[in-house]
Amino acid sequence: MRANKLALLSAACFVKVRSLLKDFEREGRFREIRLIVNTLMKNPLTLASIIILGALIFISVLAPWIALYPIYESNIGKKYKPPSLEHPFGTDHLGRDIFSRVVFGARSSLIAGITIVAISVAIGWPLGIVAGYRGGKIDTLIMRVTDMFLAFPSLVLALIIAFTLGPSLINSMIAVSVTWWPWYTRLARADTVSLRERAFIEASKAMGLTDLQIMLRHILPNTAAPIIVQATMDLGTAILLAAGLGFLGLGAQPPEPEWGLMVSEGRPVILSAWWVSVFPGLFIFITAAAFNLLGDGLREALDPRLRRVRGA
Amino acid sequence: MSGFRQYLVKRLILALVVVIGMSMITFFLARVAPSDPAALWVGLHARPEQVEKARIELGLDKPLYIQYFIYIRDLVSGSWGISYRTRRPVIEDIMNYLPASIELAVAGLLIASVVGIPLGVVAASKKDTKVDHACRTFGVLTLSTPSFWMGLTLQLIFARILGILPLQGRLSPDIAEMNPIQRITGFYLVDSLLTGNFVAFQDALLHIILPSITLAAYSTGLSLRMTRSTMIEVLRERYIVAAKAFGMPKNVIMFYYALKNAIIPTLTVLGISFAWTLTGVFLVEVVFNWPGLGTYTWRAILAVDYPVIVAVTVISTLIIVVTNLILDLIQAYLDPRVKL
Repeated sequence: MRANKLALLSAACFVKVRSLLKDFEREGRFREIRLIVNTLMKNPLTLASIIILGALIFISVLAPWIALYPIYESNIGKKYKPPSLEHPFGTDHLGRDIFSRVVFGARSSLIAGITIVAISVAIGWPLGIVAGYRGGKIDTLIMRVTDMFLAFPSLVLALIIAFTLGPSLINSMIAVSVTWWPWYTRLARADTVSLRERAFIEASKAMGLTDLQIMLRHILPNTAAPIIVQATMDLGTAILLAAGLGFLGLGAQPPEPEWGLMVSEGRPVILSAWWVSVFPGLFIFITAAAFNLLGDGLREALDPRLRRVRGA
Repeated sequence: MSGFRQYLVKRLILALVVVIGMSMITFFLARVAPSDPAALWVGLHARPEQVEKARIELGLDKPLYIQYFIYIRDLVSGSWGISYRTRRPVIEDIMNYLPASIELAVAGLLIASVVGIPLGVVAASKKDTKVDHACRTFGVLTLSTPSFWMGLTLQLIFARILGILPLQGRLSPDIAEMNPIQRITGFYLVDSLLTGNFVAFQDALLHIILPSITLAAYSTGLSLRMTRSTMIEVLRERYIVAAKAFGMPKNVIMFYYALKNAIIPTLTVLGISFAWTLTGVFLVEVVFNWPGLGTYTWRAILAVDYPVIVAVTVISTLIIVVTNLILDLIQAYLDPRVKL
């Protein structure tokens, strides 16, 4: 019975995807995508960032096989050993292998970054579209609430939420998301307002599409590019913020292998056992930089104005 | 001018709404915190009756909305309660710590604008060359550096390996002992100069270098990016082409004609990042043991000291709201097209 349903579902999906692909081909989207990919690949920094992010995803998926030692087991006899062949990044105050913990830390950082941005986009994007498309009182209400959240110092709000809910990695992700979504609302609203006046929206209205249909089929895809660019760059900042909360003791809790927390564990011994803090911090930096560079590259590739200028 | 006045009134009302909304969010968040404030107030080994007594003394037995009104009344009248941790009035503590944070934030912002804006201009004028790529990469890297890690690394390099800069704090203990700084404004650099205490001035200056560089990193990247993109827009304008056609020197065009028009959005971003810096100063202060609002709040949060938490949130919200208000008004004044 269940297998039947699954087969039906996948068949339906297949048909849907095929029709979408046909639509794409008809509208010349493939050419556009190829152009975007070409622009991305031409920039060496963007290419480097894609490779780095690919490697990080690879590491975090295969963490159990890449790690050299168990990450939670302490071995007091081996504490604060400097980097060596045996322990490439040295060991920490409990004699745990830092390399293995950094490898596992890639998981929490990537998941934290992606979750924060996903929640923020999921709240902010639709709100922005509704505000921009409907206008009037709904617009005013949504934008005033947005302003209120923007006026709030994000790190302080994140601190308070983390403090209210109790410190943990998940709560720190919630805390950062709460402070983050208004940016997407603003971005989506600004684009929607200008789209609303365009002829094709008027035409859709004349054809009898409902407001919901117009927002989903026409406004949503047309506001996607700036949202994607912003989201990519924000991934880097979100990872920084989550790590910062971890460093302050308001994010992930010991003995979790979270990069920010690991930096703070090495703080008391930074002058004698530098490797405890330096390696996890270096990975935060590399990850955030890769997302920022990718975002920069995407912006250039997706913004037709910038592309044309390059060609000219 | 009446248009401007109308805008001013609208903007002031909005700012007020934001502050009230924020005070409610803070208040309710702090009250639903999992720990019991009364129990914290009396300490670990108190008997249940003592906790009950403290609950009544602190007004925690009343309904929430009455507590909120009491809290607003106290907030406006300046009685911000007593810190559970330091047992001093919160307002006194804050007045002690705030100047240190402002001093650090101003120093950081100064570095950010002195480095970021010129680099942005250079990048824009040499768009798509190696110089431009180098500037942009530098900007992205500064935006991606975790400040707490950068602080620790700078400490390791400059205080430990090179040994040329002090590790942490605002002043060396022996200098503070021998040449104490007389408190006038609370800003060490200003006070020591005013009183002619050059030994302390030099020491304070050496202490502020590492934390302010760490703090400046993010805003540097931000102002570089903003200056570059607005400069590129401005450089496409016709009057720039005209200036070029008249044969004006490139530097004059860049810094006199173009930057003037590109600077407004950049200043806005810097203004926002100043507000951000003041509150985002947490991580840097904690790393460098800087005796500012950030360290103070961090300790308060770890100790569930919530009169302090609430007060600091309200203050930082006020700072951000006022900064935004001023920036918007300046923009509206300079550019009549801006409307609410």
